Amino acid sequence: MVEILQNLAVGFATALSPDVLVYAFAGCLVGTLVGVLPGVGPLAGISLLLPVTFGLNATSAIVLLAGIYYGAMYGGSTTSILMRIPGEAASVMTCIDGYAMTQKGRAGPALAIAAIGSFVAGTLSVLALMLLAPPLAEFALRFGPPEHFALLILGLLVLAYMTSGPITRSLTMAALGLLLGMVGMDTMTGLFRFEYGLSELGDGIGVVPVAVGLFGVSEILLSAGRAIRTDVRAPRLRELLPDRQELRASAAPIGRGTVLGFLIGIIPGPGHIISSFVSYSIERRLSKTPERFGQGAIEGVAGPESANNSATSGALVPMLALGLPSGAVPAIMLAAMMIHGIAPGPLLIQEQPQLFWGVIASMYVGNAVLLILNLPMVGLFVNILRVPYSYLYPALLAFATLGVYAVNNSVVDVWIMAGSGFVGYVLRKLDFEIAPIILGLVLAPMLELNFRQSLAMSAGNYSIFFTRPIAAVMLAVALTLLALGLRSAFSRTARARSFLDVEPAPEPDQKQP
Amino acid sequence: MRSLTIDHVAGAFFIAFALLVLWETQKIPFGFLAEPGPGAMPTLLASTLLVCSVGLVLGGRSGKRAAAVQWLEWRHAAVILGTCAFMALALERLGYRVTIFIALLVLVSVLERKGWITGLVFAAGFSLGSYFLFNSLLHVPLPKGPLGL
Repeated sequence: MVEILQNLAVGFATALSPDVLVYAFAGCLVGTLVGVLPGVGPLAGISLLLPVTFGLNATSAIVLLAGIYYGAMYGGSTTSILMRIPGEAASVMTCIDGYAMTQKGRAGPALAIAAIGSFVAGTLSVLALMLLAPPLAEFALRFGPPEHFALLILGLLVLAYMTSGPITRSLTMAALGLLLGMVGMDTMTGLFRFEYGLSELGDGIGVVPVAVGLFGVSEILLSAGRAIRTDVRAPRLRELLPDRQELRASAAPIGRGTVLGFLIGIIPGPGHIISSFVSYSIERRLSKTPERFGQGAIEGVAGPESANNSATSGALVPMLALGLPSGAVPAIMLAAMMIHGIAPGPLLIQEQPQLFWGVIASMYVGNAVLLILNLPMVGLFVNILRVPYSYLYPALLAFATLGVYAVNNSVVDVWIMAGSGFVGYVLRKLDFEIAPIILGLVLAPMLELNFRQSLAMSAGNYSIFFTRPIAAVMLAVALTLLALGLRSAFSRTARARSFLDVEPAPEPDQKQP
Repeated sequence: MRSLTIDHVAGAFFIAFALLVLWETQKIPFGFLAEPGPGAMPTLLASTLLVCSVGLVLGGRSGKRAAAVQWLEWRHAAVILGTCAFMALALERLGYRVTIFIALLVLVSVLERKGWITGLVFAAGFSLGSYFLFNSLLHVPLPKGPLGL
């Protein structure tokens, strides 16, 4: 315990140094903007700011990116509550009761509870991250190549299993991402693969252009030509205070949301989105008056908003402790660390204590900054929505191009971005989940290296994956998930077939968020 | 044809892609099962993709019909993608400022029909402003075209 406090003191010394503080503040501010603006998720925001981080040291860079990540979760609630527009996918559940409260004239308390819940959840989950990550990393130090291989397989299969839709779809996406990760030089022999004479592809396909294309550009393509309402009135400062009954009703949902969000966040998958859905349904189930949900129940705002914030800290646990990103945003942060020459993995906390503890401390600071910053400035943020989308998306596209180009000073990356944008657009049109592609792309080189190193260790004997206990357990869990996923995917089909092969009713058009 | 689901269409496409990758992978030395070479993992992954896509096609009878997918915004999307391609082509030839200026002008004035004056002001302001912010203040190197623009 003393050791943790000492480390934390080092962390705070880093986090409170003026330059790191400025970047934490900037990250929170940009994150809030990103959360407020529909069509710009935390991923696009992080990708856009990547070039800015090149000139910084690694700690400031990660502090900035982490600030965007959790800042976006705060910002996302604002437009959900005031305008029923989720600025960000994790805020969809907040729309239901948050907007109902706005219609009843209780927008202020809804915003305040969302901010307070986010603050409490953010702070407590950073505490959990701080206590959990170092021992986990210590445990992972026992891992050799077979265990790492098993862990990567497990991570990919958990993500595929957690993703909505049949597992065959998400596995297809993961396999596609892994294949993309095969482009470039083979690390063990130095042989070039699939580079087709383009020297830029020698280092492989970059994570940043693919991520910006798949998520950012495809979002622009999907929402182009769509009008967004901007009529909204921001509540005044004195209208923000929740009354005592509202505070009391929110306390338990905030607590439950925090625990739930953190636990779900650790598991690979879109934790911040899933946790807000789970939290909402749990709150409704536990409520003595479930009929109030949908009519402006404050618990329906407090729970999901706490959960999605808590999940962002949870998602950083495997990333910082194991070097295993649990989703697309941590994957980008991992890529940013590698750009700064920092090797992610269980040794990170020991070798870069300043980075790890600095990021932890800056998250405590950032959460406080967000609470102070957000409530008084709600009006200002809402005004940003008055910027018409027909100006916003060209600017975002230009920023994306600039950011992608600046990573390697390469137009090949801009082409990759455009191509990924097209692929992402088509896949999202066809209801495919694209996060597994990014994860596959990031993990592919590690997966291959650990696979081949394991076989080198065992002189070509595949039993090495099943005779070492940790690897065997992880692979067994992974295979169980695969079997469960396949069973439900195919039994669904079988069920559909048993209905005499009737044409399914046409699905209603997807609602525009 | 009308009863094809999106899983059928996408699955067929991925099957073709996986076969193409398997074909291309033949050029890379596979090594041995006990000592995999650089071609082993791509072969394994392309085979996984193949199996998953076959699963997608076989299990894809109940999903959404491919014909039911609406592509209402395709014109917008095509112009935006075209602009991306233009930026990739022009960035190092015309320089950052000229490229971004033209791209934004096309998007705002032509595609979004916001008028030429607004478009000119917006495009000039953004391209010069972002160049100043990133290149001059943050020292991110951005390409200059001929004439140093």
